[in-house]
Amino acid sequence: MADRPSPAGAPPRSPLLGGTRPDVSGGMGIYLTAAAVAGLMLAAVLFFALIFSRGAAAFWPKPLEEWTLDDGTVLLVQPVEEYDTGDVRARTGNREFMPGREDHVRIPASRIVSRRVPEDAVWIERREYGPFHGYLDEVAADGYHVRLPDGAPEVLAADQVLRVEPINRFGAFGRLGLWFRNVFRFLSEEPRESNTDGGVFPALIGTSLLVLLMSILVMPFGVLAAVYLNEYAKDTWFVRLVRISVNNLAGVPSIVFGVFGLGFFVYGLGDFVDHSLLGLPSNETRFGTGGLLWASLTMALLTVPVVVVATEEGLRAVPRERREGALALGATRWEALRHVILPGAKPGILTGLILAVARAAGEVAPLMLTGVVGLAPELPVDGEFPFLHLEKKVMHLGFHIYTVGFQSPNVEAVEPLVYATAALLLLLILVLNLTAIRMRARVRRRLEGR
Amino acid sequence: MTPTAVMSEPTSHLGRIAVDSANRRAPVEVADEAEPIVRVRNLDFWYGDTQALFGVDLDVPKGQVTALIGPSGCGKSTFLRCLDRMNDTIDGVRISGTVELDGQDVYDPRVDVVELRRRVGMVFQRPNPFPMSIYDNVAFGPRLRKELGRKELDDLVEKCLRSAALWDETRDRLDQSALGLSGGQQQRLCIARALANQPEVLLLDEPCSALDPNATAKIEDLIFELRGRYTIVMVTHNMQQAARVSDVTAFFLKGRLVEADRTEVVFTRPSKEETENYITGRFG
Ligand SMILES: Nc1ncnc2c1ncn2[C@@H]1O[C@H](COP(=O)(O)OP(=O)(O)O)[C@@H](O)[C@H]1O
Ligand SMILES: [Mg+2]
Repeated sequence: MADRPSPAGAPPRSPLLGGTRPDVSGGMGIYLTAAAVAGLMLAAVLFFALIFSRGAAAFWPKPLEEWTLDDGTVLLVQPVEEYDTGDVRARTGNREFMPGREDHVRIPASRIVSRRVPEDAVWIERREYGPFHGYLDEVAADGYHVRLPDGAPEVLAADQVLRVEPINRFGAFGRLGLWFRNVFRFLSEEPRESNTDGGVFPALIGTSLLVLLMSILVMPFGVLAAVYLNEYAKDTWFVRLVRISVNNLAGVPSIVFGVFGLGFFVYGLGDFVDHSLLGLPSNETRFGTGGLLWASLTMALLTVPVVVVATEEGLRAVPRERREGALALGATRWEALRHVILPGAKPGILTGLILAVARAAGEVAPLMLTGVVGLAPELPVDGEFPFLHLEKKVMHLGFHIYTVGFQSPNVEAVEPLVYATAALLLLLILVLNLTAIRMRARVRRRLEGR
Repeated sequence: MTPTAVMSEPTSHLGRIAVDSANRRAPVEVADEAEPIVRVRNLDFWYGDTQALFGVDLDVPKGQVTALIGPSGCGKSTFLRCLDRMNDTIDGVRISGTVELDGQDVYDPRVDVVELRRRVGMVFQRPNPFPMSIYDNVAFGPRLRKELGRKELDDLVEKCLRSAALWDETRDRLDQSALGLSGGQQQRLCIARALANQPEVLLLDEPCSALDPNATAKIEDLIFELRGRYTIVMVTHNMQQAARVSDVTAFFLKGRLVEADRTEVVFTRPSKEETENYITGRFG
């Protein structure tokens, strides 16, 4: 108070009038926490913006430019990137006709003598060797009569050609149409050229099936376990130990689950099913190798802790009066559970499902060991009884990103594919989550009587 | 403890004192010498190591309204919950003494608790409708026993909603969620739900404490309507309410039953000083 002497004769100040404190409304605390949130949001926005813009750009048709180089070479390219060093990178297509069999070039921009965009250039998607850039003269019985960028004639076998797009003739709408066609092909086609070309349909199906099967396996299991722990078990040291173990299970690195799945499900259970149940000869395996079922089971094991925890939370949220109300009406414990408590715990149960799906859809490591492969010869669903083949190996978007991006001989060609696949995986997780969240909102509304 | 010994206790007045019929709100015919339908003898109750009830003896007369009054924490709810064995759902409780319903000891190990709770209905302090439709709430008890056909169930639901004075407000929205009802309506629904089991005894644990005066008045009217058809035991901390609706009042203090008698006697000529202090508001 020495620095604020009251004027002589003035009544003494109330201690309440201590002056304004700068942090009375939160001060530093608010700035600090708000900054953290802002940083987080920025990171999230950047992350999604990058993945989705790159993913979407992968399908955007770029015009074909004709480049004449200083040594007289004529190329028809889709420019990809310009570097600070003055180099440019472009996709040339025509892999089998290029020196070094590469369909990308990286050259100093100064080597380009002239550029133009020829109206009649076409972009041809092919079964092999990636896209063809050039000119189409006619479609004859022996194939597509085309010219290379430098005018040399060639014939492309008809069964090699998937589609011909006169890219340079398209206006904005034409390109948008092509973009949609590209996306559709990406979603609906099988991969080609050891995953460097074509679509991701089998991986999309595989991921969805894995998540679906995982949900079907984990929900009853996790919910029943939670019901036992919360409704029937007394609070003994053993039950507490079980609960701690369940919680710790959530912290185990997922690759460890993969190792367990391989050892227990694939080699253990799978072997048993093959040779003891199905009676296969000892040199034959069906379930004794990784497959859809074992991968799903491993993921179910991985996600069971979140389901148990969320369900217990949901059960605890059911008011005591409501349970007693059911019992007081002459319901047995099981009837009270079945008709009143479990329906009341549904939001919690669905939260468990949401968390489980979110975790499972993004998991790759344990799947590589238990049934997911880079290229599966066939889908696990088909028209043949029993339609869903649990023993078959499947593809997975997450693993696809890895194999395409890091195991492929043609790193430059696949970069857009990696982004597109990543964006698709994110979108799939988002859709799965939103569906579950909407389900939960509906259940909540019904529970609250709105 | 023999019944003769009990007769010397204050509880023995039950049924012997004439009802001052001029004070009654409605001329419902209830036999003065009502048979006790619930007979409690020497009831002790423990939550773990803490004793909550000490040697309670009480006869609940058939077809009448018995009010349990007393300060908060004196064991009214505990006592009430002993009658339909709801305390069985709490861990670590212990009970001794006898509770008889129509002469049958309800704590006999051979007793079917589910059947007991059907015959002794209970309504709680906070309205606790289930998150389902109004119809499904009322039909909950009967459906558990799967005895009724579709038509009979419809009739029963209507009858119970009428009994609970809720039919006119809900007849057009039976399939809507019970949680959309007001607090007072919810509580009447809970009464209707209990009635659907066609119980003999209805236990009400402060059924109006969460309600506004208007809703409270409706519940009181309802209790008065049900009197005679059902035996009602009702906990209340509102003494006017006890005086208005009950035939018999039992005063609890610190886990003991201090006095139980005809309501007008308890409120005009209590035999114990504690009772007088409490009802005159001099309770310390
Ligand atoms: N579930 C319980 N566990 C332990 N003690 C309890 C429990 N319920 C009530 N009690 C105790 O038993 C005594 C009587 O409680 P209660 O019957 O609820 O009183 P009232 O209904 O008259 O207010 C109180 O002291 C209370 O703290
Ligand atoms: Mg109480």
